[in-house]
Amino acid sequence: MSLWQFFLQNRAEVWQLTLEHLWMVGLSMAIAVVIGVPVGIWLTRRQVMEKPVLGVANVIQTIPSLALFGFLLPAPWIGARAERIAVLALVLYALLPVIRNTYVGIMGVDRAVVEAGRGMGMTGRQLLLQVELPLALSVIIAGIRVATVISVGLATIAAAIGAGGLGEFIFRGLAMVNNVVILAGAVPAAILALLADFGLGRLEKRLRPA
Amino acid sequence: MRERAFGCENRGRRQQPGTFMATDTHPDVAVEFRNVSYRLDHGSTLLHELNLSVRSGELLVLLGRSGSGKTTTLKLVNRLLEPSSGQVLVEGRASTDWDPIQLRRRIGYAIQEVGLFPHFTVERNIGLVPALEGWPGQRIRERVRELLRLVDLDPQIASRRPRELSGGQRQRVGVARALAADPPILLMDEPFGALDALTRAELQREFLELQRRLRKTTVFVTHDLREALLLGSRIALLEAGRLLATYTPEEFLHAKEPLAAAYVAAFHTGNRPQGGT
Repeated sequence: MSLWQFFLQNRAEVWQLTLEHLWMVGLSMAIAVVIGVPVGIWLTRRQVMEKPVLGVANVIQTIPSLALFGFLLPAPWIGARAERIAVLALVLYALLPVIRNTYVGIMGVDRAVVEAGRGMGMTGRQLLLQVELPLALSVIIAGIRVATVISVGLATIAAAIGAGGLGEFIFRGLAMVNNVVILAGAVPAAILALLADFGLGRLEKRLRPA
Repeated sequence: MRERAFGCENRGRRQQPGTFMATDTHPDVAVEFRNVSYRLDHGSTLLHELNLSVRSGELLVLLGRSGSGKTTTLKLVNRLLEPSSGQVLVEGRASTDWDPIQLRRRIGYAIQEVGLFPHFTVERNIGLVPALEGWPGQRIRERVRELLRLVDLDPQIASRRPRELSGGQRQRVGVARALAADPPILLMDEPFGALDALTRAELQREFLELQRRLRKTTVFVTHDLREALLLGSRIALLEAGRLLATYTPEEFLHAKEPLAAAYVAAFHTGNRPQGGT
């Protein structure tokens, strides 16, 4: 049976698992941005915290994903549902690129421009919203882009703990020693990653300041 | 706020309001440095015991080489820096007693071209302070047109971004932006530094013309004696964080102070040889 035939015969399930996959990635990225961008901004204001915070985010990044899913199983509330574990793990992995790029992006804004803004009487908030964030936006988006692409791949492993998503096909194919079924999970996941990369890449380019 | 503060002080001293400023500042003095020192956290001193006053409507040039404390002095006025000791009085009130945001919006600030916001159009750049002050959009647009004409720029460029302008145009935009909310005081930090010699001369001439008309109290930082002599009503010579002396342009040319003489000698080099200092 070819991959194409498999897709046609299992249309509903492919669609279902793709949506689950998108949901996991989308939700975890949204949470990671809501947490990571403010943390990155905060680090630019409390620079002594940069090393410890990025250090912790770095360490999380080094935990093998399968192990992280396992560690989170006994966690209260989170551990009760596999999708919650999956989303939390994806958030933890996405935090580092989001926080770091927010920090680096804002620190990279020309100090002379920021000082000119301060000198003309902009408040800290006005500086942040009208100068620093707009000028750092393309760098921040680049971080979100990296995190999203990583998440799409990592989310396939979430199927190991029963969280669903395209990883279902991959694990099923591995168990059945059937390459077509493995590809039925891997190919759509790869396409999602490429689309996310392309779309966010274009956004990044459009937002790049002069 | 300011009146009330003075009123209180005056009552305390049993003075008639207006006859005697609470801070002993002459009413014509717009900015005054009183024993101002500025030290960095790790101890090095950028400015030693500066005493200097800037009179209303004059253009005071701070002249010195890099590291002499010119820019530090300037930033103390709009409280981008706060004195480690001493006081900077702006319109009779210590800079640290001002709300920094209010203070800065009353002081125009122009620095080298990098100070323009690259992601803002010319119009938004110039209209920045009026927008912060909450002027209605129509009034900001009119003000921007007026300022563009004032600095001799085509109003057509209002919709462009700084990178689409020449260096001279950017500098004019910078001056227009500093003037936008009609502040009584202007601070200019080598605003023409990054320009080629011809454009710079052109802008200096125009700025002089503008200054004669507007009579803004201006503190102007430069390391270029030519610029100082051309624009300044007085020149304060700084070296290694100390004020050596203040001169009128006339006095400067004949000053006995060795550094001033060295400046003059360097200035004349190329014109004709000098017979010693």
